[in-house]
Amino acid sequence: MRYILRKLGFYLIAAWMAVTLNFALPRLIPGDPVQLIMARQSQLGPVPPGEKEALEKMLGLGHGSILSQYGDYLASIARLRFGLSVTYFPTPVADILRSSVLWTVVLVGTATVISVLIGLTLGTLAGWRRGTWLDSLVPATTFLAAVPYFWVALLLIYLFTQVWPVFPDQFSYDPGLDIGWSGEFASSALRHAILPALTIVVSSVGGWMLGMRNMMVSTLSEDYVSAAEAKGLRPRTVMLGYAARNAVLPSVAGFAISLGFVISGSLVMEMVFSYQGIGYQLLQAVTNSDYPLMQAIFLAITFTVLSANFLVDVLYGFVDPRTRLAR
Amino acid sequence: MTTADITSADATHAPVPAAALPAGPSGGGPGARLAAAWRTVRRSRRLSAGLALIALFLLTAAVGPLLATDPQGFGTDLSQPPSGAHWLGTTQTGQDVFDQLMVSTRTSLLIGFAAALAATAISVVIGIGGGFLGGWSDEALSLLSNVFLVIPGLPLVIVISSYTKGGSLLATIGVIAFTSWAASARVLRAQTLSLRTRDYVLAARLYGERRWRIVLVEILPNEAAIIVSQFIFAVIFAILTQAGLAFLGLQNPSDLTWGNMLYFAQNADALSGGAWWWFVPPGLCIAVFGAAMSLVSFGLDEVLDPRLRVYRPARRGRAGRQRTAPRRTAPQQQAARRQEADR
Repeated sequence: MRYILRKLGFYLIAAWMAVTLNFALPRLIPGDPVQLIMARQSQLGPVPPGEKEALEKMLGLGHGSILSQYGDYLASIARLRFGLSVTYFPTPVADILRSSVLWTVVLVGTATVISVLIGLTLGTLAGWRRGTWLDSLVPATTFLAAVPYFWVALLLIYLFTQVWPVFPDQFSYDPGLDIGWSGEFASSALRHAILPALTIVVSSVGGWMLGMRNMMVSTLSEDYVSAAEAKGLRPRTVMLGYAARNAVLPSVAGFAISLGFVISGSLVMEMVFSYQGIGYQLLQAVTNSDYPLMQAIFLAITFTVLSANFLVDVLYGFVDPRTRLAR
Repeated sequence: MTTADITSADATHAPVPAAALPAGPSGGGPGARLAAAWRTVRRSRRLSAGLALIALFLLTAAVGPLLATDPQGFGTDLSQPPSGAHWLGTTQTGQDVFDQLMVSTRTSLLIGFAAALAATAISVVIGIGGGFLGGWSDEALSLLSNVFLVIPGLPLVIVISSYTKGGSLLATIGVIAFTSWAASARVLRAQTLSLRTRDYVLAARLYGERRWRIVLVEILPNEAAIIVSQFIFAVIFAILTQAGLAFLGLQNPSDLTWGNMLYFAQNADALSGGAWWWFVPPGLCIAVFGAAMSLVSFGLDEVLDPRLRVYRPARRGRAGRQRTAPRRTAPQQQAARRQEADR
């Protein structure tokens, strides 16, 4: 329990630092972003009263001392008042977030789980049968790991929509359909998710495989593995129950760092596919200088990653009791 | 990539001391040392392949832009597939893709190496500083790096770049370095924690050595191998990040980089026009360069840490050499490290 509380404390501090960083960023802009946004919004339609104030608070650029600005900023973040989006004026930013977060979480989540499973399995086998053909695949994974996600996405689109048209090239579902739990919609969403998911799996599987393979190699030289072999256990039992079980631990711990990396990669990937997730909205926000939307998306991504990491840490505490005892 | 560098440096194997580099016969001059380095390179196929590829890229970066005719100049051959006149075809506005590629190589590599250098410098200061000082400063610095580790980098970089708008190469380098130092700082801190209680460091302390001298002379050299490997991954990461930023249009479009080429290709619908010769080469360059850097890193690991080495079934003609090749086991490495430290 103390372990969980300590972890919780750490992630709260991390969240606070991210929020504070976000507070500092708008000060980098030359000129007055609030005026800028107000001017753009008034071109697009009537601006509701109080919007200027909400914007100032949300960007932390209101009146008074820096402390009272900070207080106003924290209060508006806590109440999820992100103001109105410029890109989709006059839709509130919070609504855009709500409709796009789910697409990304489901897509990236599923693809990451698939990639981890494939990578760990291949890594286990490659480490177990060191020097065989499977192990010679390992250098190839370094190539995959260095490929930019969006370039894989471009190649896949080129191959599967131009050369051999089997998959749709953009959007997360057929725009002609209504969102709902109909079979037609589900199959359309699935078909649209295959190429983006494939992109994530292709670009991230190498890292998992390599890490697992190296850990397997060093675990196999441990005494308890030799002991298990000497006892005459079946090779399968030694491989899975003794070696792989211990070798997988750093991969679980490394999940935190990889997750940030996968999310980053899939942001740009979404833009290539025009997949209506959070990355696509971020691109819209960036091209339209939509600061409220951008800030909100940054916070949303950060909080999602932090919560996922917290869950993994708690899980890790159960999987490996030693971490609970550590300082 | 990320899992690989974390696991390979974090917990997998015992620290690889710089002293384990097979030094030539004792007392050898620079010539002998060069020969020893050459033998080391030859010992690992991965290392030699990686170094050869990187040399090719560096050569292109150095000489390529001089050979290229104006890469931005418009021509009359529009969207031509590869041919004798245009090795990699032309863009929609008749620019030569191969010329663009050579010029981009220089800028991309420059950003990659500079950002990696800055990130590594930050991580060395924060990681080794915190680990060595201990106490509250360690707690604070370690918290800082853990926080930067879990805050997703690219969204932060995107937000910062869109505030600073376009910006110079220097700003790009700074932003990438600012967001990518944390992982290596954590690894270096862990390593420093284990080194600072070693006998030779304690001896130096008792001897009254100044702190900075202990760090520079006793600790830093013994972490050189880790720092090099972290640097290599930082270069790959920086090039990937810059490519991503450029692809989003967040970089100055007049600086040609691999990412900018992809941005222009995407915007000109090279994809639906079937102009594969425009968007395949830049991405391939990123991937091949990244793979070459990783090969060097793994090759170094292999050479320095015998436990990672793959012993292939001896082939005819190679068997003799393999048997005579000096192999150091982990205890021997430690002994070598102690000797080095005692000196």
